[in-house]
Amino acid sequence: MQSTLQNILDHAKQTIEKTTELADLDQLRVEFLGKKAQITGLMKTLGQLSAEDRPLAGQWINDAKQSIQQLISNKKNELESAKLQTKLAQESIDVTLPGRRLDLGGLHPVTRTLRRIESLFARSGFEVATGPEIEDDWHNFGALNIPETHPARAMHDTFYIDESTVLRTHTSGVQVRIMENNQPPIRIIAPGRVYRCDSDQTHTPMFHQIEGLIVEKDANFAQLMNLLTDFLRHFFEDEKLKTRFRPSYFPFTEPSAEVDIATDLFGEGRWVEVLGCGMVHPNVLKNVGIDPEEYTGLAFGLGVERLAMLRYGVKDLRQFFENDLRFLKQFK
Amino acid sequence: MKLSEQWLRSWVNPDWNSNTLAEALSLAGLEVDALEAVAPEFSGVLIGQVVAIEKHPDAEKLNVTKVDVGQVEHLQIVCGAPNVVVGMKVPCAVVGAKLPGDFKIKKAKLRGVESFGMLCSGDELGLEQDYDGLKVLAKDAPIGEDIRAYLNLNDMMIDVDLTPNRADCLSVEGLARELAVVSGAAFKQPYVDNQVATAGACSQQVVVEDHQACPKYLGCIVEGYDAKAATPGWMIERLERSGLRPISLTVDITNYVMLELGQPMHAFDADKLQGNIQVRQAKSGESVVTLDEKQLTLKDNTLVIADDSGAIALAGIMGGLSTSVTAATQRLFFECAHFSPLAIVGKARQYGLHTDSSHRFERGVDPLLPERALARALDLLGQIAGGKVSEWVKVMDASTMPQPSVIELRRARLHQLLGAVIEDQFITDILTRLGCEVSSTQAGWQVVAPSYRFDMQIEVDLIEEIARVYGYNNLSSAQVNMPLSLKPLPESEQDTQMLRQAMVQRGYHEVITYSFVEEAALQKLSPEIPYVLLQNPISEDMKAMRTSLFPGLLQTISYNQKRQQSRVRLFETGLIFSRENTQIQQTPVIGGAICGDVSPFGWSEDSRSVDFFDLKGDVENLLAMSHLHGQVRFVTSQSPEFHPGQCAAIMLGEQHIGIMGQLHPQWQKAFGLNGAVFMFQIFMDSVLTMQVPAVTGISKFPEVQRDLALLVERSVSVQALTDAIYQVDSDLLKNVQVFDIYQGQGVAETHKSVALSLKIQHHDRTLQDEEVDALIQQVIEKTHQAVGAQLR
Repeated sequence: MQSTLQNILDHAKQTIEKTTELADLDQLRVEFLGKKAQITGLMKTLGQLSAEDRPLAGQWINDAKQSIQQLISNKKNELESAKLQTKLAQESIDVTLPGRRLDLGGLHPVTRTLRRIESLFARSGFEVATGPEIEDDWHNFGALNIPETHPARAMHDTFYIDESTVLRTHTSGVQVRIMENNQPPIRIIAPGRVYRCDSDQTHTPMFHQIEGLIVEKDANFAQLMNLLTDFLRHFFEDEKLKTRFRPSYFPFTEPSAEVDIATDLFGEGRWVEVLGCGMVHPNVLKNVGIDPEEYTGLAFGLGVERLAMLRYGVKDLRQFFENDLRFLKQFK
Repeated sequence: MKLSEQWLRSWVNPDWNSNTLAEALSLAGLEVDALEAVAPEFSGVLIGQVVAIEKHPDAEKLNVTKVDVGQVEHLQIVCGAPNVVVGMKVPCAVVGAKLPGDFKIKKAKLRGVESFGMLCSGDELGLEQDYDGLKVLAKDAPIGEDIRAYLNLNDMMIDVDLTPNRADCLSVEGLARELAVVSGAAFKQPYVDNQVATAGACSQQVVVEDHQACPKYLGCIVEGYDAKAATPGWMIERLERSGLRPISLTVDITNYVMLELGQPMHAFDADKLQGNIQVRQAKSGESVVTLDEKQLTLKDNTLVIADDSGAIALAGIMGGLSTSVTAATQRLFFECAHFSPLAIVGKARQYGLHTDSSHRFERGVDPLLPERALARALDLLGQIAGGKVSEWVKVMDASTMPQPSVIELRRARLHQLLGAVIEDQFITDILTRLGCEVSSTQAGWQVVAPSYRFDMQIEVDLIEEIARVYGYNNLSSAQVNMPLSLKPLPESEQDTQMLRQAMVQRGYHEVITYSFVEEAALQKLSPEIPYVLLQNPISEDMKAMRTSLFPGLLQTISYNQKRQQSRVRLFETGLIFSRENTQIQQTPVIGGAICGDVSPFGWSEDSRSVDFFDLKGDVENLLAMSHLHGQVRFVTSQSPEFHPGQCAAIMLGEQHIGIMGQLHPQWQKAFGLNGAVFMFQIFMDSVLTMQVPAVTGISKFPEVQRDLALLVERSVSVQALTDAIYQVDSDLLKNVQVFDIYQGQGVAETHKSVALSLKIQHHDRTLQDEEVDALIQQVIEKTHQAVGAQLR
């Protein structure tokens, strides 16, 4: 019997070894282990054996069956694994092809710059305020100590809607509105579009300003200088940036200054004007019902495009409003 | 104010080079806009006299000249200029000279004839451009002298951009006074005051009617002068370096004195005056022809100089033609007056005029100046052209003369405002140098401002002056005191930045377009909205305030399409403007526009052009950020700018919060656009409020999904169908989703099949099949009742 089993085993081994298809393995399972299999036949002959021999023979048959089972199972794993490998090989892709995506858009460089400035000031407790762009004479001029007859009006190149309505020439009108409606301490910045009737290589009829205002007890000029120097250094991320405060004139501030900066970026000895500032004129405070003896104010106004040009190396102001995608896409 | 550096230095001469001087002025608040050499660099150019001319043997157009430059031998110089004649004096660049542009003069052979230099035109020396031919010098020009010295070319023109408060610096004397203050150098009037002797009473009477406007009026007659006398070269040179053209001796003298001292003056032809000079307000409708030959109809707010014939000059602004000085004038009447700034300001502008005179008077001219200025003008005229001067007419009302401001300056206030301590000695010294009279008081000082400083009126004016002269940059800087307090942060308020970022994430580029657009664009796109016009637009196509973002967005798309950008996705935020009755509305909006392919050019799938629903998805995405999520409805709508079949009003209940759709194809061409453009605009206010999350429990029980296909007429909107479904009164129906629209075989031509997926769930238990069936039945009934839907 042992030799018969050995023959069966050898035969099974050879056959299973040769098999290459998973489906064929199932056939072989039936052939070697099914009801009609030779080994199943041997099992039936066990009854003819003596009681002493029977356990041993049974053991032999079972061992043989298990061996065949094992062979089939191993072969099955082997074939399945090969099949998976083939499948995976077929599924391989070129991972260097670009992904499917909707290209990101981008913020306009002026917005980007405004955000940067707003964030810097917001971290020091400044709140953002806004105001109308079509402004009445009082808020754009009168309240700011620029009466009808003031020669400074001629400097403003104002767009008129009618006699007493203008496109705001600066964001300073927002400080008036804020002071009219709030009690000090006040600490705001007011970003927005402003308009001047002027258009050439270095002027666009619309541009952006940010106005800053502090009204507190004992606010002083030295603080203003310090604040703006800090701001400019942080904005340009240049601790060595130099500032120069030049006396100037704005009807709504006194003392007034224009601020020039110099950095290695601009080259030796070159000063570039970036903003105007000063202490709020007592007449302006009086105009909004704040006692200038009790409170003092610091104000500044800066041109956003100018800072953006210096920061990002934009050479032509007009590019900001042409909105050429090839320009805009550089600000992602 | 533009002036020659040498002229300035004749009054005050600090030991500084030109650049240092200019920077010092700038840092004192007198911003130097430009510092420009009167001539470019060149050397070795001498005054030469042409002593002989022969034709060049081999060249038709050349001459061989002999030139005397003061050396032993005359130089042989070949010259091609057509105006060369024997005896003329010209600039002669000798061998070794260096002309502008680093052009070196060497010994040369021209067509075989040796040449030892070059005779120069003004152009070749960088002096003038409009003359080709040798620069002809005066007959008395000294032979051999360096031309730079002779023409005084080692000078700079300083252009100071003065702020309106510093009228006192609109003269050489004024700037010199400032320069003396900041440099510490001595200030000295460079000429001697000469009171020209007068003879006989002035035959011209003057009546001042308005003393407020004209507190002081001086005048006198000059006759018997040499009417043909020329303006001397030195005066022309200074005038030209201040940007003024020489005109005639009398005009040049008045201009010169105005530049030198700051006092505008006017000369009349005395023989043309009829009766008394009157200084009065114009009569309404009165007219005058000004020197520049413009006829003006005057308003009654304008101060005029008049005689019996009517107005003959706009006081302090411009003279009139009828009484102007001409070559034939024999007798002059000089006017030198003080006009109050308030009488002049804005008046020139209302006639479209701006003159050197009005510029000064409206900012304020020293009221003590007329006497000095008239004396100076008469002295100059006498020296140059002789003549006889009458006694002066002087009409003055002391009560209307500007009084010097007396200002209290408190030491503590100064320190408080500047945040810096400046020593008393500095303060009094600075004020004194500025021309103030200073006396000590208990709290500080009492200061009397000089007559020429109209801008010194209140305490802070003085504080600024002290800080300015002390040097802003010498003040110590201080930290801003920060109060420790937190501000409220409402979570329901959405930052515009988040909306912008949402657009950027979906591939949109932010643009900023002009708020003013072409009127025609508004008439096309939104004819029903009353718009706001500018009175003085920069150009015709920037005349109307935008009533929507669309004109700007469309123009920008067109701009980019013309630059090979076919896939464009743009958005903008900003105000739009309209008129509502008499009020102007300014409304913040966000809007966008897309065109071209839906996805960027790529390898993976066939692209297609964007359509309505691509844009709608982006708009829904934006709305989903706000508290409106789920409440907003898109309602079929029509608007002139949109395709009549592809336009939706965005509604929040009855409130219109935005609009979107395809640009009406008829406007595509008008805006120069290729392909369909889809665009939207939403009122910013409606999307700036967010929902603060309020969480509800999550059901533990399974959700049932049932799909339905309903047949409805094609005209029935999906919105109407889903609205009907949500009318089913049940808490179980959680969501309805459209997943297919089918028209075609198997469905009647009049109908469409809408496939819907319904999500049904109970919060507390598992649903029974019967419950779900009953709900679906209700859905079918409701939709049938509402829109005639049939189960397919």
